[in-house]
Amino acid sequence: MALSSSHPLAGTIAAWMWLLPVLPLLGFFINGALSILGSSHVGPSDPDMGHDDHDASPAASDQASHSHGGDSHAQAVPRFRALTAIIGPGVLILSFLLAASIFLAMRGVDMSAPFIQRYWSWMPVGDLRIDMAFQLDQLSMVMVLIITGVGALIHIFSVGYMSDDPGFARFFAYLNLFVFFMLMLVLGANYPILFVGWEGVGLCSYLLIGFWFTDNANASAGLKAFIVNRIGDVGVLIAMFMIFANLGTLDFTGVAAGAAGLPFGGALVTTICLFLFLGCTGKSAQLPLYVWLPDAMAGPTPVSALIHAATMVTAGVYLIVRSSFLFAMSPIASITVAVVGAVTALFAATIAMKQWDIKKVLAYSTISQLGYMFVGVGVGAYTAGIFHLATHAFFKALLFLGAGSVIHVMHAAYHHSGSHDDAQDMRNMGGMRKAMPITWIVMWIATLAISGIPPFAGFFSKDSILGSVYEHAGDSVLTNATWLGMSGHTVLLAVYVIGLAGAFLTAIYMTRLMLYTFHGPSRATADEQRHMHEAPWLMTGPLVVLGALSLAGGWLNLPSIMSFLGPVGGLDHWLEPVVGAATRTVTNGVALEASHSTEAALIGAAIVIAVLGIAVAVLALKPASLVPKAQSPAEHGFEKVLANKYYVDEAYDDAIVRPVYGLSKNVFWRGLDAGIIDNLFVNGSAALARGLGWIGARIQTGSTGVYAWAIVVGAIVVLSAFSFR
Amino acid sequence: MTDFLNGIHYNSWILPALLIIPLVGALLVWAQGGAHRDDADANAEPARHIAVWTLIIEFVVSCGLWWSFVPGVAGWQAGVDYAWIPSWGARFSLGVDGISLMLVLLTTLTMPLAVLGGWTAVKTRVHAYLAFLLILTSGMLGVFLARDLLLFYVMWEVMLIPMYFIIGIWGGQRRVYASLKFFIYTMVGSLLMLVAIIYLGIHNRDALTGIPNFSYDAMLASGALTPVTALWLFGAFFLAFAIKVPVFPFHTWLPDAHTEAPTAGSVILAGIMLKMGTFGFLRFALPLFPGSAMNPTVRAIILTLAVIGIIYGALVAMVQPDFKKLVAYSSVSHLGFVMLGIFALTVQSVQGAMLVMINHGISTGALFLLIGMMYERRHTRMLADYGGIARVVPMFAAALTLVSFSSIGLPGLNGFVGEFLVLLGAFRTYPIFAAIATTGVIFAACYLLWAIQRILFGKLDKPQNEHMPDLNWREIGLLVPLFACIIWLGVYPAPVLRRMEASAEKVVRTVQTNAALSESQTAALPGGE
Repeated sequence: MALSSSHPLAGTIAAWMWLLPVLPLLGFFINGALSILGSSHVGPSDPDMGHDDHDASPAASDQASHSHGGDSHAQAVPRFRALTAIIGPGVLILSFLLAASIFLAMRGVDMSAPFIQRYWSWMPVGDLRIDMAFQLDQLSMVMVLIITGVGALIHIFSVGYMSDDPGFARFFAYLNLFVFFMLMLVLGANYPILFVGWEGVGLCSYLLIGFWFTDNANASAGLKAFIVNRIGDVGVLIAMFMIFANLGTLDFTGVAAGAAGLPFGGALVTTICLFLFLGCTGKSAQLPLYVWLPDAMAGPTPVSALIHAATMVTAGVYLIVRSSFLFAMSPIASITVAVVGAVTALFAATIAMKQWDIKKVLAYSTISQLGYMFVGVGVGAYTAGIFHLATHAFFKALLFLGAGSVIHVMHAAYHHSGSHDDAQDMRNMGGMRKAMPITWIVMWIATLAISGIPPFAGFFSKDSILGSVYEHAGDSVLTNATWLGMSGHTVLLAVYVIGLAGAFLTAIYMTRLMLYTFHGPSRATADEQRHMHEAPWLMTGPLVVLGALSLAGGWLNLPSIMSFLGPVGGLDHWLEPVVGAATRTVTNGVALEASHSTEAALIGAAIVIAVLGIAVAVLALKPASLVPKAQSPAEHGFEKVLANKYYVDEAYDDAIVRPVYGLSKNVFWRGLDAGIIDNLFVNGSAALARGLGWIGARIQTGSTGVYAWAIVVGAIVVLSAFSFR
Repeated sequence: MTDFLNGIHYNSWILPALLIIPLVGALLVWAQGGAHRDDADANAEPARHIAVWTLIIEFVVSCGLWWSFVPGVAGWQAGVDYAWIPSWGARFSLGVDGISLMLVLLTTLTMPLAVLGGWTAVKTRVHAYLAFLLILTSGMLGVFLARDLLLFYVMWEVMLIPMYFIIGIWGGQRRVYASLKFFIYTMVGSLLMLVAIIYLGIHNRDALTGIPNFSYDAMLASGALTPVTALWLFGAFFLAFAIKVPVFPFHTWLPDAHTEAPTAGSVILAGIMLKMGTFGFLRFALPLFPGSAMNPTVRAIILTLAVIGIIYGALVAMVQPDFKKLVAYSSVSHLGFVMLGIFALTVQSVQGAMLVMINHGISTGALFLLIGMMYERRHTRMLADYGGIARVVPMFAAALTLVSFSSIGLPGLNGFVGEFLVLLGAFRTYPIFAAIATTGVIFAACYLLWAIQRILFGKLDKPQNEHMPDLNWREIGLLVPLFACIIWLGVYPAPVLRRMEASAEKVVRTVQTNAALSESQTAALPGGE
């Protein structure tokens, strides 16, 4: 194990950073073993003969898993449940404690250079050197704290949420494995190690979306997620190949050094960045590759909270900030990121307006909020992007877990009444605040946070992004860049307006979700209502902690205009060594500081928009007049288009999936492979050989006369051939 | 370990021993069968034990090569050289280098697993079946180890015949068609190669005695073929190897042969025998005819076929209703990566190609073993006959999922490292080809994950599947070594790469220099390209 011994962190607790991902990996192995031990027995020695002596089908197959909409809960006590309940969250808590200690150690030392540990040589080939190496710096530390912290809370919540599931151990095995890969992603010291985590989290996402695999729709959603992500991954791979072909290294430190030597705004750096961003649109569910995320809601709700809201889907934002030394060199790629982010933010927000499934609203909301993060990192406000990533991790995890709590309660009620209604449809809910006061309050905190109401966390981070867009539109290297024939100034101002419009819609759809779920009269039967009560403390505890974070998260990075609230710019200072240089490249070397009056005006506009959105929703929506799903009328016109998500899935299906399948099956396989190559050439030449053999056999008549004639004719032909030469 | 191996003079006897041990085993199996061997199932059990223990001994003995092999040496190691047919100038000379080392170890690892995999599936003429498998082992190792082209050709044919019988006798419904197709396809290519080998042998004859010389090293040193002759000879080798790989459009024997062969046959075909073609390119076609192989037109055609193979193989695999055929077509796709890596000719791409050869052997071998297990339980290979069985056979489901992800190149598992190196290396010389080939990773996910979804997930709606037994100890035992390789080669492939590096660099360097040399000669010739 080679250590960079000169670094001030060498010899401190930070040298144990390898343990951060190894702990969840251990959890995966133990829970995975428990899962297999708990659910199977070894078959007979001759599988062909074994049908009759095979005594009983495994525990899982006895479960009649009844499903209400998405989440299904079968009733059985899985074996080794207690052990899993301790190990699953336990490894995460240990990992978080270690991360916190490392964080404390980092605060005391000079961290101008990242702390890199090399463990072993992964791919040493010729001039290629890829090491299994971790890199600890301020950026990876922030990510590690979010992943292990929010991850631990979600693991604890899951102990309660999944308690009745026969796949309890399997669930925690996958969840632990996910955290392992996610930590690889943010700790990797080079692009290939990042990519191990990048695809590894995709694997876990696949496994967890399809966790209740007996329903084919869930398995299909997992498959879709993996394949759509792979389309993006091709971009990351090609970007890596280009980086290596031109810079000769894939280490972050080496690429950062080499990138400075590339021509500013050149085609090379722009192409690399655009390919990297293709990967981001897959992993972080941006246009045009966002389609997998709404389907991913088929997974258990804690999965949606951890993977499809707080951590994995933010990996694209992380990748751009990690590669800020490249993106800052390419105004065109940067503006592309910002535009795609802004358009996605607005586009997804409009769809969220008309969804009835509580998780689908949150899914589109996540796509929309990720769009804001890309707006931030696109305009070169890397810290603002990470800031919003952090606050979003708090309030969106909370929203998902809260929604999970509600769904859990709905399931329990339906279980008692024997109803087969959709437990995730908001039209079947209403008035839940009476049964679940804690969930109700913390979800309002999260709603105010995401809507951008001060002093909740989302207000500060969203304002930081939109403020930067406005400032960078005025004076940065993006201002004078040309993007598709338009000036960067114009494009960024448009991005700003789109961002404000998205913020307005955000406030509306979130208020709508809260009103329909928690307010108004309950649309459940009286019998069902009797069985609704607040979730156990294992589930509400994490909600309360996340509520506190959603309330206080803004203090991570207060704007200078609000210095009366406390120390300003905490995250700015913390991330300075990682993104400072790139940010200065974008801002022409000066620290942009808008005048306080401008800043006040921007903040004022943001607050007005948010309040207006909530007000419109409260005034316009009538939860009392809502009827349960079964009696609801069909949507018409544009509402129907929104409810059907602009028919994008259908369009992709018709334009890509079906043609490729048809082409492969009818043209390539049946036509080319079986028809032309096999029948015409292979079997054809065999038939030709048979035919010649048949003719040959006919010729051998045994009649000497015929042979004699043949000899004569042959001799004449040969002789004349020679004489004519 | 090295001291111990030196103490027993390991290097001086290991390579002949590797060829002899399986033959001895074959004799023992045959003798044990006695008079009743044709129909006697009764005493098949001892024969199976003889065969599997012979192959386990073979594997254990071969493992010494891992330590006795000196990384960083590009030339032959553990070489032996005996007179064989003096009047023809053919010699029995063997050697191992960085190109063949891992293939030899892959062979000795795969063979016992293949026999174990077909333990209960083959119930008729067991003695003949096992004897053929053992002879096949010697033949395949001979191909990898030969340093004499005539010996190489003999071994090439020795390996063909047992496989023909294995498919034709113990295969599935259409076994006769499949085995004939396999045989004729391969023969067409290899006969042309024989002509080319004889030409080369005579070309290199001793000036005084006129005795031909088939020594590989002598041919490498001699050179001096006219470009046109070289192109014809390259064409002959190309056809033989391209059929074996198989390169699109010479691939249609493969789905039939792989599908109809019994489990052990499929495992060996996919795991080892497909590598004979790409091995042939690396060992013979490129070093012997660098000018032809590196001719820009020839190279562009072959690279195009490689990339077509990657995409086309994956797309056709995607629409197969038969799981075994699906995996067979996926081999066309994987081997396309190998061809891309070899002909892109950078150190990374060639080593990547060598690694893909090993990885494909492990992953696809494991896939065919798993298919065999499914088939033994349900007697069907059709995807539509399964569905939701993950609930009944959780261990099998976990195994199939792991192997599938290894096959589609999930980073951290073996498949990724090879494909990544191929594409990374190929991008340096042929960025467009490499970029198109990279999209193959999407289709790989499509065909394999969609297939396992249809097998493992969804409703358990077919009553016949409800009582499928899960993996038994024999099956777990034979999968575990493969899983170990899958993870080891994904996490820490450096020791393997180190052993390959010197030989790969040598191939790249010599082919590049000689190609440049012959290009300058060609330019001097009137009418040359």
